[in-house]
Parts: sequence; structure tokens; C-alpha cells
Amino acid sequence: MSVIEMRGLRKDFTVRVRAGRLRRTKRVVAAVDGIDLAIERGEMVGYIGPNGAGKSTTLKMLTGVLTPSSGTVSVCGLAPVPQRTRLALRIGVVFGQRSQLWWDLPLRESFTLLRHIYRVPAADHAARLRRCVGLLDLGDFLDTPVRQLSLGQRMRGELTAALLHGPSVLFLDEPTIGLDVVSKQAVRSFLAELGAGGDLTLVLTTHDLADIERLCRRLVVIDHGRVVHDGTIEALHARYGSRRRLVVDLDAPLPPGFAVPGATLVSTEADGHRVSFDLVADTAGPVVAELAALSSLRDLSLVEPDIEDVVARLYAS
Amino acid sequence: MAELRAYAALMGGQWRSVASYRASFVLELITNLGGTGLDVVAVLVLFRATPTVAGFALPEAMLVVSLSSCAFALADFVVGNIDRLKTYVRAGTMDAVLVRPLGALAQLVLMDLPMRKALRLVLGVVVLGVALRLNHIDWTPPRVALLVVAPLAGAVFFGAIFVLSASLAFWWVDSGDIGSAFTYGGRDFTAYPTPVYSGWFRAVFAYGLGFGFVAYQPALTLLGRADPLGMPAWAGFVSPLVALVAAGAAAIVWRTGVRHYRSTGS
Repeated sequence: MSVIEMRGLRKDFTVRVRAGRLRRTKRVVAAVDGIDLAIERGEMVGYIGPNGAGKSTTLKMLTGVLTPSSGTVSVCGLAPVPQRTRLALRIGVVFGQRSQLWWDLPLRESFTLLRHIYRVPAADHAARLRRCVGLLDLGDFLDTPVRQLSLGQRMRGELTAALLHGPSVLFLDEPTIGLDVVSKQAVRSFLAELGAGGDLTLVLTTHDLADIERLCRRLVVIDHGRVVHDGTIEALHARYGSRRRLVVDLDAPLPPGFAVPGATLVSTEADGHRVSFDLVADTAGPVVAELAALSSLRDLSLVEPDIEDVVARLYAS
Repeated sequence: MAELRAYAALMGGQWRSVASYRASFVLELITNLGGTGLDVVAVLVLFRATPTVAGFALPEAMLVVSLSSCAFALADFVVGNIDRLKTYVRAGTMDAVLVRPLGALAQLVLMDLPMRKALRLVLGVVVLGVALRLNHIDWTPPRVALLVVAPLAGAVFFGAIFVLSASLAFWWVDSGDIGSAFTYGGRDFTAYPTPVYSGWFRAVFAYGLGFGFVAYQPALTLLGRADPLGMPAWAGFVSPLVALVAAGAAAIVWRTGVRHYRSTGS
């Protein structure tokens, strides 16, 4: 059975809209509009979409915070809202903008409190904490009150807090939001390390597609509360026709009417000395060979498709 | 058992947080004491103008106000801060609470147990002691039991009112101070013998909502006085029942409210 299952999951919100001076009319907005999704144990899934697409709402229904308007949802075989407290013992949650830590207490004390709240045996707690302290480099600020931590330090603390009870599913809502490059890297490599074990299922929402490229084999894109793509990043590129691009600088200009199988010419610059091809074939070898036969090559580069572009096109469509 | 330890840990965390601002804690403790006992003082002032109010003399009125004060102080100390639920809903603290393996209400209460309000409770008990000395009570075992139970039942009742009025925030984040009409308004209602009030207002608050059973009816039973409003002599013993009904209603509304919780963006 899948660790996470959603079937026809839906969440409606009633919004009151001003209509005239005093009158207000109700309007029902579907934040999540019928999502079917199954996630297997050990998967790392990136959940992306523009602002207001329903990412957080889905996550909150998976964690038992919000009650679905209709449809079914199960996580670890449990129904999130009715079995909220039992589920809480099996999942870890990091809401990027909500803290699980005690603002006024040293980080270490927050961890101790969480140990009692989650009823974790002391030995397990110590072992998990040691691992997190090592991987996330928490040693320097374990005794600093949380209110004095930098955002990056706090986020590393939040991640640790979500993992100390050994959850089998980890939900991360914007874990890298607002972090600097170094902290982002630290968080990503930590998550990659966690995922490498293969036991932990990880679902993360993000705006930073680098998070996904680095971590997730599977990408779920939602927009207006619906799944518009579910698959690998490569599948997304294939579906939206994004190709790798070959850019070649030639010593002699490219003769007009040049064509080569496996690639389509997209542009010529510098009087035909610089040419760009979109690669249709899987390999660039034959195309490069053809070009080399034509003229000596000064330089060549292969540009990977940019996921940001693909996703931007996806949102726009 | 392990769950109790978890709640104890939450409470400990809150205390240590407060203790990290020692000076401000002491200051709050003192300023809080200032407002305390105003309800008792109001009764004393009233009786300087008139020897009896609605047929009740000062010692009897003191018993009523002290029972009300004890019950309210205890409830306010334990669950009073739940009226900050609107802030929790708005700030999203509620999300963090709901992903932990403990009851939401208990967490919110323990995360914010206002130690500064503990002194009010002490004061309430002292005034109750004085009121008992001023009256001549014919002590029987049921009356002794009632003396212990009545403030607790009253506290449960007020606690339920606190939770009920805070729950409004689940449906209506801008619920403002409407809830206070029933919490603080209810305290003021129970501070005086019920016959002071009249008409539909008395009917609704005293019997409809049950505020009459917090202090007034138990006080009559303790004193062995007939109720000028005609309730039977044993009506004071009904107060735990009224409290249980209120607590049950509060539990249902709270649970429904949590299911209605809408969270906030992001």
C-alpha cells in the first residue's frame, strides 16, 4: 500500500466578497480541486505550483491540520484529521514560516521538550540528535535561545525538530524560503542524505526549483488546485518539448541550407560563425561530427534545458 | 501516563520561557494584583450605601462574591488565555499545534499558562475564608462537600464559557471582544445575588445560561436560606451538573471548530 494516498481530494473555502456598500456575497473557491495521487515509501516528491495553487492546502490536509471538503486521504494508513495525534507520531512537519521551537529557550531545550511530547526513548533521541548535529552542524548554537538564531540556523533547528521522533514521512513546506545560498546547500545536502537511506518518504513544496532538481526524482506540478504534471523532470521536459541546446562556434560560416538529422537549427549569429541547434536525438555526437566535417570547431557547449522556463510555460498555459 | 509527562513538559517549557524574562514577570505579577479583588471591593462599596441588597446582607453577599471570585480566578488561571485563540489562528500557531501528538486545547492552554494570574486565586480563597467566618453556617457533611465542589464546578463552568467564546475565532477570526461579554460579563453577573437582576435578563443569564448556579445557588444552600426566587433548597448541589453540561457543550463546539479551522495562507 502507498504511504500517501489522495483520491478526489478537495478543499473549498468560502470567501466573502464585498458587493456594494453593505452587502457581501459568498463565493466558494476550490483551493484544491480533486487531486488523485499516490506516493510510495521512500519516494522524494517535489510539489510545486505558483502562489495560491493549493500546495500548502494539500500539505495541511495530509498532516491533519485542515479537514478536506470531500475526497479521501490517507497517510501511513491513517486518516489525518480523525487520527491526528496518532499520525503526528509518524510524520515530521516543517512549515517554513511556522516554528515548532520555543522562541525563548535554547535550541537544545526545545529538542528535550519535543522528546517528551513525542515520548521518544532517551537513547533513540540522543542518537538521532547526534546525527542531526553532525550533519547540520548545529554544535555552535545548540545553547543559543531560538530568538537569537539566524534564519538559516533556525531552519536547521526546525529540520532537526521534525526528525527527532524518527518519522516515516517528512513534509516540508518551503524549507529553503529566505535562506542564503550556503544554508540552502546545507539543507539540500542534508535532505539528500536522509533520502539516500530509502526508508523516509519526503514531500516538499518549494518555489526554488533547484531544490527539486537536486532532490526529487518525481515532480508534481499543481495549478488552480489540480495536478497538471506528475512524473520525472525529464518527462516534463519531453512533454513540453524542451530540448538540450548545442551551441557551436565555427571557423568557417555555416553554408545556407545546412541540415543535419537529429537536430534542428534554431539560430545563426555572427555571420554564421555561431550556430545553435536543438537536439532531438539523445546524443550530440553525430551532429558534432557533421559540423566538424564542414569546418573546424572553435568552441562548443551543450546547454541543459532550464526547468524554470518549462515551469513558467506550464503556469502560463 | 507518558502523555501526562508530555503535558508536564509543555508546561515546564512555558515556565522556563517566562523565567527568561524575570524582571518583566515580577512586574506583571504585581500589576496583575492591582486589578484583583476589585469585584470584592465593589460589593463592599455598595454596602456602604445600603444595608441590604435585594434582601441580602453584607456577609451573605460576600459569600456569593467570594465563591464567584474563586471559581473565576481558577478558570481564568487555567484556560483564560484561550481567548488569545484569534491570535493563534491568525498567526498560524494553530498549525504547529495541530501537527503535534497531543490535544490541541490542552497544548494551547499549557503553552500559555499565566503564572501571573495565580495570585488572584490566592486572594479569592482568602476572601472566601473571611466570608465563611462572617456567616453562621450550620456545617453538615453535604455542605462541607459543597464548599469544596462549588468553586471547582464554577471554575469548570467558567472554563467552558472561556472555551465557547474563544471558539468563535474558528468561524470568525474578527470575533473581537464579543466573547468577553460572556466571560467577564458572566463573572460580574455571578458576583451578586441573582435577585438583584430582573426580567428576561435574569431568566436568560441565571437559568438559561446557568450563571445562577456558579455562586448564588451554592451560597444559598450553604447558608440554608430559602431562595426568594423559588428554587428548591438543594439547587446548590446542581452546580456540578450544570458545569458538566457546559463543559460538554464547550467540548462539542471546540471539536467542531477545529474541523472548521481554515488556517492561513502559505
